[in-house]
Amino acid sequence: MTAVDEPLAVLRALFARQRLGVLATHGEDHPYASLVAVVASSDLRHLYFATTRATRKFTFLTADPNVAMLVDSRSDDDVDFHGAVAATAVGAARELDGAERAQALDAFLRRHPHLRGFADAPTSALVELQVRTYYLVSRFQNVTELHME
Amino acid sequence: MGEAQTRGTPFVVPAEEMDDALAPRVGGKALALARMARAGIAVPPFIAVTTDAYGTFLDAAELRARVLFELDRKDFADMRWEEMWDAALRIRNLFLTTPLPDELRAVLAEPIAARFGETATVVRSSAPGEDSAGASFAGLHESYVNVRGVDAILEHVKLVWASLWSDGALLYRRELGLDPTRSSMAVVVQEIVAGERSGVAFSRHPENEEKALVEAVHGLNQGLVDGAVEPDRWILARRDGSVLEHRAAERHDMMAPAADGVRLVPLPVERRSRAPLADPELPLVFGLARRAEEHFAAPQDVEWTMRRDELYALQSRPITTLAGEAGDGRATYLSLRRSFDNLSALRRRIEDESIPAMVAATQRLGATDLARMDEDDLAAAARERKAEHDRWVDVYITDFIPFAHGARLFGRAYNDALRPDDPYEFADLLTATPMLSLRRNAALERIAAAIRAGDEAAAEREVTRYVAAFGDAAGDAAAEADAALAVARRLAARPAGGPAARPDRERLERRYLDAHPPEERERAAELLDLARASWRLRDDDNLYLGSLEGLLNAALEELRRRGRPVDPRLEPRRVALPSPLAGAAPTAGADEAAPAGSAAPAADGVRRQARQIVGQPAGPGLAVGRARVVEGREDLLAFEDGEILVCDAIGPEMTFVVPLAAAIVERRGGMLIHGAIIAREYGLPCVTGVPLAAELITTGDRVTVDGYLGIVVIG
Repeated sequence: MTAVDEPLAVLRALFARQRLGVLATHGEDHPYASLVAVVASSDLRHLYFATTRATRKFTFLTADPNVAMLVDSRSDDDVDFHGAVAATAVGAARELDGAERAQALDAFLRRHPHLRGFADAPTSALVELQVRTYYLVSRFQNVTELHME
Repeated sequence: MGEAQTRGTPFVVPAEEMDDALAPRVGGKALALARMARAGIAVPPFIAVTTDAYGTFLDAAELRARVLFELDRKDFADMRWEEMWDAALRIRNLFLTTPLPDELRAVLAEPIAARFGETATVVRSSAPGEDSAGASFAGLHESYVNVRGVDAILEHVKLVWASLWSDGALLYRRELGLDPTRSSMAVVVQEIVAGERSGVAFSRHPENEEKALVEAVHGLNQGLVDGAVEPDRWILARRDGSVLEHRAAERHDMMAPAADGVRLVPLPVERRSRAPLADPELPLVFGLARRAEEHFAAPQDVEWTMRRDELYALQSRPITTLAGEAGDGRATYLSLRRSFDNLSALRRRIEDESIPAMVAATQRLGATDLARMDEDDLAAAARERKAEHDRWVDVYITDFIPFAHGARLFGRAYNDALRPDDPYEFADLLTATPMLSLRRNAALERIAAAIRAGDEAAAEREVTRYVAAFGDAAGDAAAEADAALAVARRLAARPAGGPAARPDRERLERRYLDAHPPEERERAAELLDLARASWRLRDDDNLYLGSLEGLLNAALEELRRRGRPVDPRLEPRRVALPSPLAGAAPTAGADEAAPAGSAAPAADGVRRQARQIVGQPAGPGLAVGRARVVEGREDLLAFEDGEILVCDAIGPEMTFVVPLAAAIVERRGGMLIHGAIIAREYGLPCVTGVPLAAELITTGDRVTVDGYLGIVVIG
């Protein structure tokens, strides 16, 4: 990413490439992190992921919907320090149902077709993260904020 | 490592054992020498240190990641050449300060000591693909002449390795689309043949297929290769070697071996009238190039030397591109390096001719009273001022800018001698030279002192002196006085100060000189003196040129005032920043795209806000304060004590507010630019090379400047 790259384009490229993100929740007086399969809406304002309702992350996000999600392009190599891009999305999470769920599920399964069984299970929830702000980090230390107003 | 290593992937290959299969390990230069030796051409004895040794060093010292870390701070496309030079200097220092791992050292030392003992050697680059059909790195990678003893040879092998990452080599690789992280470097260590005559021979003239070309100098070849010694030049018919043309050189100097390296010395008078090659010797040299061409089945460029009438080939490479062929910027990248002798000549021209002539021109043109001229005279005066300004802009480009290499040359020599942890420590020896802008700031401090003492009359007198000494000949004297007074009043509101106490320069200077053997100290002192002149000029030249630009602008302004049309061709060419005190605004980075991170909401409802920007650390320290984005004179006059100076590019004419500033942030990058120089003088935290600094930061923003890491945090 160069200094003059459009940050939205960088984000789009990141979500086009990455399928997993790290979800950060909070509960029982401590933070908690989990890896989830994620997809972004075309306007990048919403992130969707599926989880079973019995999980700690679902319990936590239900109790406190303020969550963060980190998506990054690292390859666990030397070049990552300057080549990798990381985006932290901060916003509110909620379980979807009805038409909203159907629409989001469609997008989710286009990205993760092999997760159909998992996402369709009656015990699974489809969760939307409505993004307030992205913190986009590139070249190790360059930070741009994107406020989704 | 150990025996298996030495057998399987050898670190050192003697000339006799080199075959074509080893090309990727020993590089083209070594292989060409080996092939010539096999063909019976006299070649000085040599060995190759293979790319395996380079790779082992990088891995063992974990240098790959560290090199990448230096190089990838910013995208290549965002980096100015000055930043590339800085990155290359830091990388070079990594190589210098990282010792060879013991095991590798032992494996390399044994065959090198056995082969060369205390014999003087040349340590040359031999990167695989270095001189291929499409590329020639000749001169971009390093060679070191007259290196003795295994310790010195191994140190120079490291320097040759580091030259894979020199600014010129990096830029050239980028042009060729080569990935430097995939490049490797072998090194040739070759016994030196101290020839009395040397040169190059092209078996085919680069510009004419029918002809061949021989160049020759007295002394070592280094003089010709570096451009320090003008060669005699013969054009020959390729068909039969007959001489078509001989252009004799002005023979003054020759390159000779010195205690450490080579030295330009005066050519003994009796040899000056003699061409380096006698007529019967020409066919020998041409014949060598022809033999090389036949052997390699392609026209060759052969470096040769002659010792006691015995002719040696030093290296041979294919003639790659025709001179002047489009798309190959190697010549430009080569010009990024200048020798001491080249720079000394440049200095004499600048100090003895250019600067006095510029000052005289400024005085002469400034002495005319535009207001009293009739229209024809005024138009003529504008044209004259334009012509004068153009002339000095040209000199600025051809002489002044390249002279900045003096400080760089010293920086490398300083780091070679002292291997400091901070690769910019050398700058401490250059600062506090009497720069014009510092003298001007001292004059402002005198006004402030008078104000502090409540002596308004004395303050008035100091202001008058200030305007007389530093005001623009054509500028508005009253406005200059107001500006000076405004800044001095703010200065007066704080305790008396000035440039920060710098490290003890005398001690540093002694340490630098003591790091050289006694016979080298005079030369080391000369280089320091050259570097100081170079450092000083980087500040002063803009002021001199700014004065001439001010004069031109004044004439154009007078034309406009009289309602006369102004021919746009009369506008000053922009290389230097205009002087805000002369009423113009500095040009912003018009070459850059619109900012990605302006704080304003965009049409898509996403508000982008740069939070943290990475530039280059150019002055250590940490400061937090209110930003003042300086785009013109008004911003300078509004500058408050303790603010952070943010600008596109700081010019010396802006530096009078620096004593008020808490830190400096600049779009332009590099350690040797004005912003970095003046920050170092005042001990201010400074970050340069911050992309779009003046666009991403707004006056009034709270800004944190981390001059240790080169990071600016907004908000």
